[in-house]
Order: sequence, then C-alpha cells, then structure tokens
Amino acid sequence: MQKISIDPITRLEGHGRIDIFLDEEGNVANAYLVIPELRGFEKFAEGRPVEELPRITPRICGVCPEAHHMASAKACDAVYHVEVPSTGKKLRELLYSAFYVADHTVHFYILAAPDFVLGPDAPPAERNILGLIHRVGLEIGSKVISSRGKAMDIVGMLGGKTIHPVGAIPGGVSKAINEEERAQIEAIGHELVEFGQFNLQLFHDVVLANKTYLDMILSDTFTTPMYYMGLVDENNKVNFYDGLVRVVDPEGNEFVKYAPEEYLDVIAERVEPWTYLKFPYLKKVGWKGFVTGKDSGVYQATPLSRLNAADGMATPRAQEAYEGFYETMGGKPVHGTLATHWARLIELLYAAERLVELATDPEITDPHVRNIPTEMPDEGVGIVEAPRGTLTHHYTTDEKGIVQKCNLIVGTTNNYAPISISVKKAAQALIKKGQVISEGILNRVEMAFRSYDPCFGCATHTLPGQMPLEVVIWDAEGNEVQRISQNL
Amino acid sequence: MADKLKLGLYWAASCGGCEIAIVELREKILDLDAAADILFWPVALDFKYKDVEAMPDGHIDVCLFNGAIRTSENEHLAHLLRQKSKVLVAFGSCAHEGCIPGLGNLFDRKSIFECVYLETPSTDNPEGVLPQTSYQLPEGEVTIPRFYNTVKTLAQVEDVDYFVPGCPPQAPQIWAVIEAILSGQLPPKGSVVGANEKTVCDECKHNREEKRIKKFYRPHEIIPEPGRCLFDQGIICAGPATRGGCGALCPTVDMPCRGCYGPAPNVIDQGAALLSAVASVVDADTEEEAARIVGEIVDPVGTFYRFGLPASLLHRARLEVGG
Repeated sequence: MQKISIDPITRLEGHGRIDIFLDEEGNVANAYLVIPELRGFEKFAEGRPVEELPRITPRICGVCPEAHHMASAKACDAVYHVEVPSTGKKLRELLYSAFYVADHTVHFYILAAPDFVLGPDAPPAERNILGLIHRVGLEIGSKVISSRGKAMDIVGMLGGKTIHPVGAIPGGVSKAINEEERAQIEAIGHELVEFGQFNLQLFHDVVLANKTYLDMILSDTFTTPMYYMGLVDENNKVNFYDGLVRVVDPEGNEFVKYAPEEYLDVIAERVEPWTYLKFPYLKKVGWKGFVTGKDSGVYQATPLSRLNAADGMATPRAQEAYEGFYETMGGKPVHGTLATHWARLIELLYAAERLVELATDPEITDPHVRNIPTEMPDEGVGIVEAPRGTLTHHYTTDEKGIVQKCNLIVGTTNNYAPISISVKKAAQALIKKGQVISEGILNRVEMAFRSYDPCFGCATHTLPGQMPLEVVIWDAEGNEVQRISQNL
Repeated sequence: MADKLKLGLYWAASCGGCEIAIVELREKILDLDAAADILFWPVALDFKYKDVEAMPDGHIDVCLFNGAIRTSENEHLAHLLRQKSKVLVAFGSCAHEGCIPGLGNLFDRKSIFECVYLETPSTDNPEGVLPQTSYQLPEGEVTIPRFYNTVKTLAQVEDVDYFVPGCPPQAPQIWAVIEAILSGQLPPKGSVVGANEKTVCDECKHNREEKRIKKFYRPHEIIPEPGRCLFDQGIICAGPATRGGCGALCPTVDMPCRGCYGPAPNVIDQGAALLSAVASVVDADTEEEAARIVGEIVDPVGTFYRFGLPASLLHRARLEVGG
C-alpha cells in the first residue's frame, strides 16, 4: 500500500500532518490528520490560583488568546459566583468584537483570499498575501493591514497588550475607559464597519462573480452535511461573547440548546492512539467513526456552523448579508465547507457593527466595571465562541480558589473529526488511479481544511500565506517513487 | 540588492503568538519583505528531515526560533536548524526560558497523559487508550513524536547566538532587532536583544513610594488606586525582577507584571529575585507576623517562576525514579 504524507507546518497545540494511504489501484483507502503535539495545559493549571488562569490559558493559542482570556474569566466568574457589572461585560465584549474583526481579517486575507483571488493553481510563490497585494494593489493591501492594526489598537487599549491581553479578571475588567478613549474606539468602529462592507463587496466581485469558484463552493467535493454548533443570544441570534450553545441537526432543526454548565451532558471526547488531539462528539448521538450525517455525533463549530445554528444576526447590515448568503446558497443549512469563508466575512461585519453599538452605549464609560468576589469559590464553566469554534473552560477549585481540576475543549478541537472527514473526501475526489498528483490538487486538499481555519494551521500562514507541503509516494516495497513539494 | 538576507522563522512547542507578533509589525511587514527573503521551514517529520538536511550548512543567515522543546521532534529541529543557520536566535519567552508551557515541569509525562486522556470529565475512554509514538493502523503505520517528561529551552539543547525575550516580543522591539540584523550591528554572542538594560519598574508610569506591606492581595481581591504602584498596594508584581523592554504594558490597565520578559539584567534567577523583593517589603514586627504575611502568598512557584521555570535554577519538580 502506498502512503502519501502531506506535511504542513500547522498548529493547534503545535503542528499537523495528513497521511493518505492508497490502495493497490492507487485510489485513496484512508486519510488521517495527525496532530503530533501536546502541551498539557489541563494538568499544569492544577495548583494555580484560578484568577491567574485568564493570564495563563491564553498561551494555548497566541492567535486567539482573547478567546481563552474571555472564556477563562467567565469560568472564574462562575467559580466565584460573582456577577459582573453591566459595563464590565460590555467592555469585555467590546474588546472581543475588536479582536474578531482583526482575527477574521487575518484569516480571510492572509489564508483564504490567495486561493480565490489568485486561484488554487497559481504558482505557490505568488499564492500568498504579498502576491495578493500585488494583484489587488497596494492601496487595498494597506487598507487591510491598517484596518487590522486599528482593531488591534482597541484590544491593546482595553487589554494592555494586543497579544495575550490581561484586562479581564474575575468579577469584571481591570480598567474603565474615559470619554476620550470611547470616542477613539467609536471612530475606529465606524471605519471597521465600512471595512466589513468592503470585504463583502470584494467577495461578491472576485469570488461569487467567478463561476469556477462558485461551482467549487457548491461542489460535492467540498460539501459535508453534519450537526452545527454555535452560541446564540436570547433571540437565537449569533453572539460571540455570551448566551446558550445551540446545536442544529443536518436538516437545520434544533437538536439541543444548553447552558455552559450543562456541557458534559452534551459533549464527549474520544481518544485515538495515533494522534495527540482528542475528537469531541455529541454524546447522545454517539461516536460512529469518521462519518457525518444525522446518525453520527460529529459536529462542526465554525463561522458557517454559527450561522446555521442561529436564526440570524443581531445587527442590520450583517443580517442583510446573512439573508443574501442563504438565498445564494439555496437555503438553510449550508453544508459547503468553502462557504465558511463567506460566513466569516458576514461575522466580521457583525463584529464591527456590534463594536460601534457598544462604543456608543451610554453606560460604556461608567467607572463601575468590577465587583470583588465574596462567595466561596468552587466550580465553574465559561463558554465563548472563539473564531475557530465554541470554546469551553471548566475549573474546579478548593475553598481558596486554587485549581484542582481543569478541563478545556478548545475551538479547533471541535472540528478535528469534520476536518479529517473533509480532507479524506477531498483526497478521494482529487486523487484518482493513474492521475498525476499535481501541486494544485494538493492545494485543493489543503483548501478543504483551510476553510475551517484550523488553529493548528493559521498562525503559520502569516507571511507567505502558503504553507509548505510535501508529498512523497512510496511503492509497496517502501521505495520512493515520486516527490512533489511546494514552498519549501 | 543581489543577496537578500535569508531569514528563517521556525516554531517548536509554542502558541503562535510569536508569529502574530510578526504580523503586529503591520506596515513594516512590507519593508521586511523588501529587505529579506522570509523562509518558512516545514515541520520535519520523517522524510522532511532529509530536505532540510540536504541544505548546505549555514544556508539560512538568521533563524528566529520560537517555541520550547517539548517533544523529540522539537529537539531534532533545533539541532538541524542550528546546523543550517549562521545565526540562531531564541525568539520569544518559550525558546528563551520555557514560558508558561514550562509549568509542565511541575509534572511529568505520565501525569499529563493521565489527566488529558483519562481523567478529564468529557473524555470517554473506557479502554484507557493513550497516544503511541508508533501505531499500526489497518492501512499502515502512523507515527507521532515522543512527548518528553521535561520542557527545555532552546539553549538547553543547542548553542544559541541571541535571545529575544517576551511573551510575545513587542513589535517595536522586533523591528529594532531586524534593523540590527540588516545593518550587521549585532552585539556580542549570547546577548539578550530586543529589550533594554532596565527593569519593568523603570519603565512603569505608576508612582512608587517606600513599600511597607502588611497584607498581600490577589489581583481579584482589591481594586487598586489608579496611578499608584501595584506592588506598593500589596499586589505581587514581577516588575522589580523583570527585564524592561515591553513598555510596562500590563500595569497600564492596572494589572501586575508576571515577568514575561525574563530576568532583569544581572539577575541569574528571576524567581529568587522576586522572592527577595517580596521579602524585603514585608512590614512585620515579629518573625511570626512575617511568616503569616508571606504565608498568605498562594502558589509561589507558579507566581515567581510563571515564565521561566525550565530556565531557572529549579528547572523542574523532582522526577520519580524511572519516571
């Protein structure tokens, strides 16, 4: 049997590799996405004071540290049974909205757009953010860099640091904002709303207007029906910071809606001996292997799944884009993996609109942003929507608030099984008997998982925007017969 | 320019924040692109090693290596990239001193595996399956690297030329390092670059007075007076023991420093230096009172050695024999 390894430089807790096994006829027998790294945060959280976890757990991921910071602070609030003042909550959500704009920008322009704007078969040396800037012009490139930078400035203003911010604390946030800061944030917010609309227009003009790409988005190769998860507010609208987790089945019907402290009734995780990452699944449906559909507990937690799991967006322009999305894609739910990119841009616009709403909220400059916990600490769960999926932090402490047990279900982990399935499906469709495996085909396999924006991939794309890949094919005796590489 | 600088960026056990720190160069990314060829190196698994091995020695001018050494793969790459790079830089707190994942050195592989794969309440693993470095699937063998008992810094496994501290390094400091590289104005080998020769306290804008501490507070237990030194108010702050260069960012939102820029200049052990700073401010009349005040500090190891346990004199908790 031949083995093909696609060796990306990728990251969740580290890196990733795809092993594709071919049968005697040269067709794909199976494909495995292997995560060869672990750091063990759940263990070394033990013994730490729980209020320090919002500063410790962000090091799980430096791409979305804000998500861990917020989920951790919310878990701490629950551990201490402390109510966060209204303005404290709003300031957390304000920081988080700014972060969402920045993060979704990084993903779309640095990771996804090169595939669409330059094309999946463009030479790897051009298919990256710098090639993209050359193609669309320096002016647009500068606009992207500057919009992301301004959103990060808000994160820094509220959180102290732009990467690994520190402002959220059990009971609220460490610092209020004054009118001058508020006005600055509002001004940036208006620019980001405009940027959010610009992105969607670009997507319409470049991607949707091109029949090849639209067909690819709608094609069976990139279509995988499954359960969809996302956080919703009291009106079942998408929310990133707070609410209940809603799961819909592959037909779009509500399967369950749960509060953070109920997550163990809904989610279980499977261990496989060939990888360091676990596979979460819906407990009541069960683990049925690497298959999707109504009888398999595999679910996804992505921008696409959040739109599918919700009834709409809570801001007007994003709602309009949401309606247009389902109209073009032929109704709800949408199963096309590549439509995730479009969903991400709709979320980006929502985040920008929400940012302006919060920045213009009359109580946002209220100095009362923290309550000091007075109750005995014990146990708590905090959930936010990380850009890459629903993020759950669960802590148990002793009576002094020292962590005894910690459990984490991290954004991308939710999607480990779906990504594996998508990769296998893409490999099966694209690697066929007798067909020479060209670099462009490999990129299409990679596109299947890039759409999930897996955290074990995103940071590594930063500059060239193109992950190095290599495929080596062996014959049955283990001799190397072909070697194809890109961007090495 | 005929010969552009060949710059390598590699990540071992890390969070990705060091890469986003490069993105935080913002508009200067375009300047960097103009001045240097940025080479991204593949994760070397199996055959990938051969490709890097096939490069001439010293092919990379400067390799910025971030991430700690947690697995056999991380260590292998450290050796390989040392060989292939003229200048090897430990970039960011993980490579420099082990960082927060270095707190794993309070435990070992066995206890970490048992926690993650057996004990966590969402894990459903009745057969007690644990990841195996080599596993025979029906279609063939799949391998993963060995997870070490101990997190090591880059300098603990390889010869390092320079150290860039920070979790993550701040963008202006990164740019200063890149400019120094481009102009060839690098200091003597072994120097810490991308920081300064002060402490975080020297950069902090809060007002300091003479500290007399009767009670230490945990950050969530007190709303500090704005503008006044947090340490003076009884909140443990790593500022006095920590190298400057970040701009004292955490205190700008009234949160104490936790020491991510590593030991202050001329300090060998950051945790010991912080402990000594703490001991010197306790306002006690008797030994019993001093013991009571200091005894209220929770998790001294995790607080004083938050970012630097693997690089510290403590290095790790004692391993059981055969562990």
